[in-house]
Amino acid sequence: MKAFLMYRDHDFDLQRESPSNEQALTQDLELNTLLNAMALGDKFLLEVARKAVLSSLNDLDTILYRQNILKDCLKNSSTVRDIYGIALEVIENKKKHYYGISSRYPSSILYGSIEMLQMFVGLLKKLKNIADEHADKFESEGFTAFFTMLKKELDDEYFDSVQDHLRILKFREGVLISAELGKGNEGTNYILRKPQDRKQSWMERIFAKKPSVYTFHIADRDISGARALSELKDRGINLVANALAQSADHIDGFLNLLRIELAFYIGCLNLHGQLAQIGEPLSFPLPMAPCERRHSFQGLYDVCLALTMKQKIVGNDVNADHMNLVIITGANQGGKSTFLRSIGLAQLMMQCGMFVPAESFCSNVCDGLFTHYKREEDATMDSGKLDEELSRMSDIVDNITSNSMLLFNESFTATNEREGSEIARQIVCALLEKQIKISFVTHSYEFAHGFYNKNMENAIFLRAERQTDGGRTFKIIKGEPLQTSYGEDVYNRIFGMKTKERLSASE
Amino acid sequence: MIFHSILFERAEDGIKKETLEAPAFFVDLNLDQIIDAITADKQEYNLKPFFYTSLNDIDAIKYRQEIMQELGNKSLLENIRSFALKMNTMRRYLTLIDKLYYKYHKEGWFLEAVEIYCDAVNDLVHDLSLVDLKSRGFLAFREYLTDYANSGRFTSLLAETKKLKAGLSEIKYCLLIKGNRIKVRKYESEIDYSADVEETFKKFKQGAVKDYRAKLPAASGMNHVEAEVLNLVAKLYPDIFLNLDNYCAKNGDYLDETLDVFDREVQFYIAYLEYLTKFKRAGLKFCYPKISNERKEVYDYEGFDLALANKLFTENSSIVCNDFYLKGRERILVVSGPNQGGKTTFARTFGQLHYLAGIGCPVPGREARLFLYDRLFTHFEKEENIKNLRGKLEDDLVRIYDILNQATSNSIIIMNEIFTSTTLTDAIFLGKKVMKKIIQLDLLSVWVTFVDELASLSEKTVSMVSTVVPENPAVRTYRIVRRPADGLAYALSIAEKHRLTYDHLKERLM
Repeated sequence: MKAFLMYRDHDFDLQRESPSNEQALTQDLELNTLLNAMALGDKFLLEVARKAVLSSLNDLDTILYRQNILKDCLKNSSTVRDIYGIALEVIENKKKHYYGISSRYPSSILYGSIEMLQMFVGLLKKLKNIADEHADKFESEGFTAFFTMLKKELDDEYFDSVQDHLRILKFREGVLISAELGKGNEGTNYILRKPQDRKQSWMERIFAKKPSVYTFHIADRDISGARALSELKDRGINLVANALAQSADHIDGFLNLLRIELAFYIGCLNLHGQLAQIGEPLSFPLPMAPCERRHSFQGLYDVCLALTMKQKIVGNDVNADHMNLVIITGANQGGKSTFLRSIGLAQLMMQCGMFVPAESFCSNVCDGLFTHYKREEDATMDSGKLDEELSRMSDIVDNITSNSMLLFNESFTATNEREGSEIARQIVCALLEKQIKISFVTHSYEFAHGFYNKNMENAIFLRAERQTDGGRTFKIIKGEPLQTSYGEDVYNRIFGMKTKERLSASE
Repeated sequence: MIFHSILFERAEDGIKKETLEAPAFFVDLNLDQIIDAITADKQEYNLKPFFYTSLNDIDAIKYRQEIMQELGNKSLLENIRSFALKMNTMRRYLTLIDKLYYKYHKEGWFLEAVEIYCDAVNDLVHDLSLVDLKSRGFLAFREYLTDYANSGRFTSLLAETKKLKAGLSEIKYCLLIKGNRIKVRKYESEIDYSADVEETFKKFKQGAVKDYRAKLPAASGMNHVEAEVLNLVAKLYPDIFLNLDNYCAKNGDYLDETLDVFDREVQFYIAYLEYLTKFKRAGLKFCYPKISNERKEVYDYEGFDLALANKLFTENSSIVCNDFYLKGRERILVVSGPNQGGKTTFARTFGQLHYLAGIGCPVPGREARLFLYDRLFTHFEKEENIKNLRGKLEDDLVRIYDILNQATSNSIIIMNEIFTSTTLTDAIFLGKKVMKKIIQLDLLSVWVTFVDELASLSEKTVSMVSTVVPENPAVRTYRIVRRPADGLAYALSIAEKHRLTYDHLKERLM
């Protein structure tokens, strides 16, 4: 039995190694803000959300599979939370009742397993009841299969047979074991046997040939004899104890996996709630094949900024379909970084099967998402800044594949503009030839303009909008790179304010 | 030919009294290390006496060489190994029986011992029938073995054993344990309950989970409860257990003595060959030397010290091979040259080669001809011994005197740095005296010395010198080469380093 709520045909692996660039992505995209909004302080939800968001899906099919399940969750959120609650009960019960199987002795392993299974049977029955009651309200393939499986596998007859086993395994009638003579006439091949039903009539019983049976007793004070006897018994029940303990583990595993897989959707529900409250739009994105070049959206906003500000923020509309290279230039503090982040976040959210923060969003799936951002001065002083930047770039090159996506934010500026732009140019050209999709935020006119002059078919140039009075709209619009980033505006704003303040103070 | 032993073709050649005492020269030649290493994994066979006793007959050596060579055939070697393994298991079972208490338990293990013995014999008969044997030893052994396996004694033992074993293995009984009571009865086709339970819960299988099977002590030995159960099982099946009693009473001496001895003796070869394996894998060569008791023109190419090789092997260092040969009337290798250059190793190698050849073993080297000596003497520098109250020089001389008294012209003497505790003039004088005696006796000898004069004393002496790397005299090559001992080898290499040799100077003074 499998939940299969994250993949159609396999389990979600919480132990899977995170991509090597996990740390960079988390830092550059402010991912923790998003993940914390999903987790709402729950460590487990955080862990699952992190794993799910960072292990991007590459196949459209699974993305849509999750999207549909998520749509079901949004429709039936309380039922979904109830199911999640059952999975959570396992942990609470274990904590409360000290359930556990940890012993070297088959008899106590058996005892512990029976206790544990009794508890699981209770939870499975609850699960079954929910399935019976609510299954018809779910439409997604994933949930339909899940409920169908519960109904099929956990019928009343099955619960009866489990109870029957749990009763027999208490061995009120004694333990029946078969054995053979092994080497040196030592007993071997001890196998636990199910006692035959004695459903014979009294006539049959009287006339049946009595098999010869020999009996002996261990004397009351014979301690070593008693130990030997229990060893013998242990040999008999070793396998069944193992089978039972493993079954308990399997059911535990099933419920745990259910908990893990639902945790992702619970996280999505949490996030959805918060964004709905702010009034930000959410939509299910349209993923396209990795080899295509699609990137068009309306009202795309930085979900992390919205969550931090707790208010609606400016969204952007861009059509960059068929483009391999997006170069973003323009005014300082004009929203370039925010824009770049919103692109990265939306991509990650889409590729884990989630909704995206936009009115509409369509993009090709990418093989891997990488970020290369300008960093603070290296605190360890081990390497110069450019050296550090290039070494990070080299790490990326080690891991990047065709059809990946790479976000640069003011990279290679740790040297003068000419050298920096030449480095950047060579890197970008090589990456483009490798079919890697690039978004590059830069102040470097030489770099940006160089590409602009090439008149490439697959490059688009965006600019942070500046109003003529120097005001910022935080809108990103199409436009060629300019020689200035309007730093003066910022200067004026800061110093201008200070001047005004001084003036008003002196008044 | 009637088979006696895989070590000796003729019964009268056999070791009269096995000794656990190594020959006197073992320590000097580091042969003790070699034999210890060879026999380390085979303690139970007590092989050392075989390695401590040399042969004095060329045909006896050839008998062994043929067998050892035959064992180079991998499948034959595997056949013998598998036979040995079974015999070993059999012995383990027999030892076990002595430690057991309960009758049917003892009898059960006795039956196991005989069964594996029968397997050992039958398998070996079958295996050997498939091998194209050439050595006298193995041909005779195969004949003996085949006759034995066809003998009435063995075939009836085999039949009885199989029958009993089959009967016992068909027994299947049930225990019903409740409280402190056990009921024992025959098995009545009750179903496997563990499998049933497993089937019920199969649907929850989620991939690998922990194994909860308790590591119950492996079934060996029997406590009184198990013994009582066994007694009751015997009551359920009285006929089979009666047969078992009779069988054990009758077959106490089932083991054939010649096979038992073969099993031990053949390990002499296997131990030696196993020891060589790692060296062969490292590219070192071994050969079966030609042995003569007349010609003293001995040689060995690419030889090495087997004890040192073992040490270097564990340290992952490379091993340097050396050649030597004696032609015509040459008898004595005089080895001189810089210290720590491999002189002693070279001398030991000479001794080891001869000793190992003399017990019928292959020796280090690509090709060798060695001498069948009657006695081997070594004289290595000894610690001063306070007990003998003699000075060191005197001690040296006493020992040499004893050796020369015992040596015949067929002996070998290996001398290592003697007369070091006197002046050079004395050493030259004494050395020459002793050397003359050796020359007179026409002995084969290796003489490691710092006294260059000894190297050119007679047509019987050959000078060999340890060498250094010319560019850096501090680096030893461990190569010992035939070269006059003019004391210049060392000085010359220093001159080369400073470009002051003749050739260099010619060039420089142009």
